[in-house]
Amino acid sequence: MTNSPLLALFKRDLLIAFRNRGELLNPLMFFLMVASLFPLAVTPDPKFLGLIAAGIIWVGALLATLLSLDLMFKSDYEDGSLEQMLLQPQPALLFVMVKTALHWMVAGVPLTIVAPLLGVMLALPEGGFAPLILSLLLGTPTLSLLGSIGAGLTVGLKKGGMLMPLLILPLYIPVLIFAASSVQAGIDGNSYTGHLAFLGAYLALMLVLAPLASSAALKISIAR
Amino acid sequence: MWSALKRLYHQLGSPKWFYELTSRWSPWFLWIGSALMLVGIVWGLAFAPADYLQGNSFRIIYIHVPAALLSQSAYVMMAVAGLVGLVWKMKISFVVGKTIAPIGAGLAVMALLTGAIWGKPTWGTWWVWDARLTSMLILLFLYMGVIAIYNAIENEEMANKAAAVLALVGSINIPIIKYSVEWWNTLHQPATITLTKKPTMAPEMFIPLVLTIIGFYCWFAVWVFARTRNEILWRERRTKWVQRILSTGANH
Repeated sequence: MTNSPLLALFKRDLLIAFRNRGELLNPLMFFLMVASLFPLAVTPDPKFLGLIAAGIIWVGALLATLLSLDLMFKSDYEDGSLEQMLLQPQPALLFVMVKTALHWMVAGVPLTIVAPLLGVMLALPEGGFAPLILSLLLGTPTLSLLGSIGAGLTVGLKKGGMLMPLLILPLYIPVLIFAASSVQAGIDGNSYTGHLAFLGAYLALMLVLAPLASSAALKISIAR
Repeated sequence: MWSALKRLYHQLGSPKWFYELTSRWSPWFLWIGSALMLVGIVWGLAFAPADYLQGNSFRIIYIHVPAALLSQSAYVMMAVAGLVGLVWKMKISFVVGKTIAPIGAGLAVMALLTGAIWGKPTWGTWWVWDARLTSMLILLFLYMGVIAIYNAIENEEMANKAAAVLALVGSINIPIIKYSVEWWNTLHQPATITLTKKPTMAPEMFIPLVLTIIGFYCWFAVWVFARTRNEILWRERRTKWVQRILSTGANH
């Protein structure tokens, strides 16, 4: 059990996350609220809402993920345990991967579960639901992975919260494009497996590269 | 070969050597670049034939294309400089990366503005969500992220490293973003606007473009050198060789 510190970290973080249920719910509430602003601002007409529902849900998911990223390393940085994790014999990128996986579980998975409900509220056409859920399942881990880079770069900064969207949002664009277009393809009755394949490929690539970058970023942030 | 590379590495890593080298190179780049720009611009604006579709409005190409091209390659240069700094701990290359960021962002703005001015008479609108325009805009966002991180982190060494990591991540993502935006556009092709296909260029239009592109690169080099040299002087202001330059006004 050479990797047991990783398992222990995972258990600890999961426990902390569920002890602070309020914090867990905040991004979710944000997601719901942002999505319900659109009918108020644009139009309640179901025909029109159905056209933009996929885009609203995906943009909302991006923003909600951004909101929760700030918490990824923050508390561990503040109480010094992050430094200890980076000093462990296990490679830093394994710790980062555990942290990222956990972030996905507490941010990406709930968003995926709530999304169909929003789809109903926003009159998403029938064919869009399956690709919406699948694209969220494949896309949100990528959001967490890319986000870990931004979180790592800004963890030591007082005003990191405002900086993070600036760093990370441009990198989210490919996910947004392919996820939203997969839903559109599903609505139009076309095959959406190509879009999902791209999301999967991007996820695989980022699974390899993002932990490298974010562990390097964390080491830079810690080194002060 | 290997020892020559090693020597080059140590020399490039020395601020004094870099300063002296670039002070010898800068005038060359400046004059060659200016000559190319002068010939290219005069040729392009006054002597190249008008486009059969777009008339004279196409002539903005001689600013637009070099700016767009250079702002893209400047991002790659910035990322490579960051990589060299991170891997081989070469301080100068961090300085180069830092000086490129705002220049590259400015070039991206220039490409977008000239594109909008060109788009108005050609497409009838200042902005369309065309793949190339959109990826240029995203490139500007990526530059803004790098500049923001330089501004946000006070510790200079940390800011350099963080910006280098971000630039590297961005440069890996640039092709992905570029192609996904292209696919997005073909998936959602707007039926209202059809972009006029660029005619294959006649040589009398193309040669001045090549001249202005090379001219832009030369001017870019001069600018990067100048900013890097300023930074070197500031960082090394307590050393003897800088003191001597400052007191005598000599270049090296």
